[in-house]
Amino acid sequence: MIPSSDEGEYTAEGGHGAVPTQGVETGSGTPRRGSWPLYEVFVRGKRGLNHVHVGSLHAPDAEMALHNARDLYTRRNEGVSIWVVKADDITASSPGEKDPFFAPAADKVYRHPTFYAIPEEVPHL
Amino acid sequence: MTTAEHGLTEEDLHGVFDETIATDQRIEPRDWMPEAYRKTLIRQIAQHAHSEIIGMQPEGNWILRAPSLRRKSILLAKVQDEAGHGMYLYAAAETLGVDREELTEKLIDNKQKYSSIFNYPTLSYADVGVIGWLVDGAAICNQVPLCRCSYGPYARAMIRICKEESFHQRQGYELLLAMVNGTDEQRAMVQESTNRFWWPSLMMFGPPDGDSPNTQQSMDWGIKRHTNDELRQRFVDMTVPQAEALGVTLPDEGLVWNETRGHYDFSEPDWTEFKAVISGSGPCNAQRLAHRRRAHEEGAWVREAAQAYATKQREGSA
Repeated sequence: MIPSSDEGEYTAEGGHGAVPTQGVETGSGTPRRGSWPLYEVFVRGKRGLNHVHVGSLHAPDAEMALHNARDLYTRRNEGVSIWVVKADDITASSPGEKDPFFAPAADKVYRHPTFYAIPEEVPHL
Repeated sequence: MTTAEHGLTEEDLHGVFDETIATDQRIEPRDWMPEAYRKTLIRQIAQHAHSEIIGMQPEGNWILRAPSLRRKSILLAKVQDEAGHGMYLYAAAETLGVDREELTEKLIDNKQKYSSIFNYPTLSYADVGVIGWLVDGAAICNQVPLCRCSYGPYARAMIRICKEESFHQRQGYELLLAMVNGTDEQRAMVQESTNRFWWPSLMMFGPPDGDSPNTQQSMDWGIKRHTNDELRQRFVDMTVPQAEALGVTLPDEGLVWNETRGHYDFSEPDWTEFKAVISGSGPCNAQRLAHRRRAHEEGAWVREAAQAYATKQREGSA
């Protein structure tokens, strides 16, 4: 049951104290059957600001996700409003396509105000 | 997302990864990353999360016996924070493609570890203060550089955690100040607790640099920013004046100011004890794991009931 001390190296890389970095399983990556779905959490810090992504959590339904998000991400008045979104419902651009996907914006320098040369003496421009 | 589609070879992708690290930018979850980088991060983040979760037990031991409502409220908030830290870290680990439930199973099956410090018992109430002061102080030394870790989700979790750790350390020190200004018996309790936690706190930084062959790789990847010995030295230098202010003696005769180095010299911790404790033979390993396993198993009906309710609501509204 208790393994012998042959895990190899122990480093300080556990953050809250040293943990072994060798001889430790990392997991199969297959979601467990019947696991609660993953929700991404977005918090509005105060009125006038956008909701910002702060992390994720698991919950059986959206209402529980909201309550858990309150306990987990706003213990010190970090928010006035929370969104929870099922991670599966998010469509994201692919990092692999980053260059072609965002390329159309790259060659349109005329979209920026600094593209236009205006004589310095002209005010309020 | 397959690489072939975009005409990028693994070599190209490795180049992009190296470039990102070299320019001190962050790697984000869906970026290509070397398998060894991903695995190193999973081990580190998952076991960091386990440490936070197991770390609730030693202090949780004193919640019901806290000497006043003020102290009890503080301790409850602190232990709740530790749960929160565990959750932030599990969330970060999950972005690397592991399932949180599987990580919990790996912990209770003893296939992943947690920090050796939590395998020491909390025998007196002074331990609550000393843990905040020394153990959380050492954790802060480790964790502050992790806020600049190359993996974005881990770095962001660490920023949240570090903000909260500051409360943990200060509440501990304030508790000790109250005790050392109390009776002789209370002062003796603080000294006795410091004696027990000093060496295990130094061990939290891991073995000496000469025995940490993987440190260089972690530093090249931007996961780790300082070596174990550098961080340990920083911790000792920070702690000595704090101990003096408390009137507490740190239990090391070799602890002296070195004028030439501009640092304190100190003795070597007992690394045999460290290895034994982290791999299962510490005073509380069996107890900590059994408690975590019991909590998980006894909570199964709650998880199932919540799931059943959610399913019923969904079906009812369909």
